[in-house]
Amino acid sequence: MNIRKLTKRYDGKAVVDGVSFTIPKGKVTSLIGPNGAGKSTVMGMISRLIARDEGMVDFEGKEMKQWKSRELSKRLAILTQHNNVQMKLTVRELVAFGRFPYSGNRLTAEDEGIIDNAISYMELEEFEQRFIDELSGGQRQRAYIAMVIAQDTDYVLLDEPTNNLDIYHASNMMKMARRLCDELGKTVILVLHELNYAAFYSDYICAFANGRIEKFGTVKEVMQKDVLGKIYNVDFEIMEIQGKPLSIYY
Amino acid sequence: MRKYGSTLVLVLVLFILSVCSLFIGVIDVNLQGLLGGNVEQLHIFLASRLPRLLAILCTGVGMSVAGLIMQQLCMNKFVSPTTGATIASAELGVLIALLFMPSSTLWGRALFAFAAAILGIWIFVWFIQRITFKDVVMVPLVGIMFSNVIGGITNYLAYKYEMTQALSSWLVGHFALVIRGRYEIVYLVLPLVILAFLFATHFNIVGMGKDFSQNLGVNYNLVLFLGLGIAAMITASVVVVVGAISYIGLIVPNLVALFKGDKIKGTLIDTALFGAVFVLACDMLGRVIIAPFELPIELIIGVLGSILFIGLLFYRLKNGRRAVAWLKKVKPEQQSC
Repeated sequence: MNIRKLTKRYDGKAVVDGVSFTIPKGKVTSLIGPNGAGKSTVMGMISRLIARDEGMVDFEGKEMKQWKSRELSKRLAILTQHNNVQMKLTVRELVAFGRFPYSGNRLTAEDEGIIDNAISYMELEEFEQRFIDELSGGQRQRAYIAMVIAQDTDYVLLDEPTNNLDIYHASNMMKMARRLCDELGKTVILVLHELNYAAFYSDYICAFANGRIEKFGTVKEVMQKDVLGKIYNVDFEIMEIQGKPLSIYY
Repeated sequence: MRKYGSTLVLVLVLFILSVCSLFIGVIDVNLQGLLGGNVEQLHIFLASRLPRLLAILCTGVGMSVAGLIMQQLCMNKFVSPTTGATIASAELGVLIALLFMPSSTLWGRALFAFAAAILGIWIFVWFIQRITFKDVVMVPLVGIMFSNVIGGITNYLAYKYEMTQALSSWLVGHFALVIRGRYEIVYLVLPLVILAFLFATHFNIVGMGKDFSQNLGVNYNLVLFLGLGIAAMITASVVVVVGAISYIGLIVPNLVALFKGDKIKGTLIDTALFGAVFVLACDMLGRVIIAPFELPIELIIGVLGSILFIGLLFYRLKNGRRAVAWLKKVKPEQQSC
């Protein structure tokens, strides 16, 4: 996925200003940065949820806007935190929505098989018939991921997937993102607030500040004292644990 | 088999009630008379009893399905043709037709009602989307206020042009005037309900939110537009024939969803059947209480409906999820993850 000079303005003020980068295929890439740096807006624009003002997004050799929405939803899945959780749907019914781009209103036997696999991959069998509004936050998040798996896309975009989750569920979530990449061969793009999750579980990090890319590179390249200090305006110490750079800030 | 248990029970109850309803009335109609070729009885049966039954069934099915669609698309359990300003708009449409085209046929009036209802529902939804309410109860309150504003305009126009008498027959829904040749518009409900069934999954997905829909390649605005259009058309065709029937669109879908969840494909048929049973039962009650006279159905449903509505409000606000789990006798929460 090639992103060229992406720009978004709200009331004349550029929230995202000429952002260009290429997302490596088959890797986990995290978008990080302080509040208002534009990372979620970039995520919205490269997933067609937010209209862009300028720039190009080249997806699989074709401009994003040229894709039919239905076709795109077979290749790129985006999960945000703005879903209606009041709905009384069972986990299975939710996961089945993932097959909508393929089969519409009528599910085939093949779809049912894929749904079964997605549910067992996320270890949700015992909750299959439970309503999603009765689940805990972590369980519900897993149900949504199962839906994305059933959607069977090459690209999976997750907007702040660890929000509102405790440490246990958040780290499980990150391991899941890693597995989507390593086991299922998907390109995973995350928007994260927690720096160390990004450092520990991704391959590449794209750091934003003030609507621009401050630094894009491998985890080791971005997780530098001076780079992070400049982005967040906080003093950092970088330590190495299990061969991965982790940041300490206070 | 268990999956369709509730549907079968509802079909059975509806059938029994329908047969009973055909033989309730001022003039005695019985099976021997009908089979024996009694011309007068046959005439009443075909010109009045049967049309009335069919109109009731269409009303029950239509209003509850319209409510179901509106609740899904607006993501709010308290939105319905009554609380979503749809009925009030349709009434205004009928009045405008009566004022400006006094010689208009039922179809002419229906067209005005369709246009007004669709416009009303879109304005309402545009409004509640603009202002994001934190409290779920605010949305129906705004809808009721909006309804009253439209109702005020309707009343003012009716008063000014001395149409209050004609108007009152639309403001209070009743089936007493349903006879052959004057009610057929209500059949429009059936194709619209079938259309709703075909788009059931679309409505469900849109009900999950805008981002969610776009992710699955569903055009959010188009489906919202279409779905609300269907709900408005259903409401308008009922208002033109029988008048305002409130609460069904609010209560029926909520009661069914309590037991069967929100997957429209799984609940639409039950919702439609239960709506028909509910209206039919209320109508029979209205015909029996002060026989040989009858009470307008709006009165019966209004009384029963408001009590149920208050119950529902308290239930949803107080117990939320746990009570539903208890109702369904689900095992205690297992919070392993």
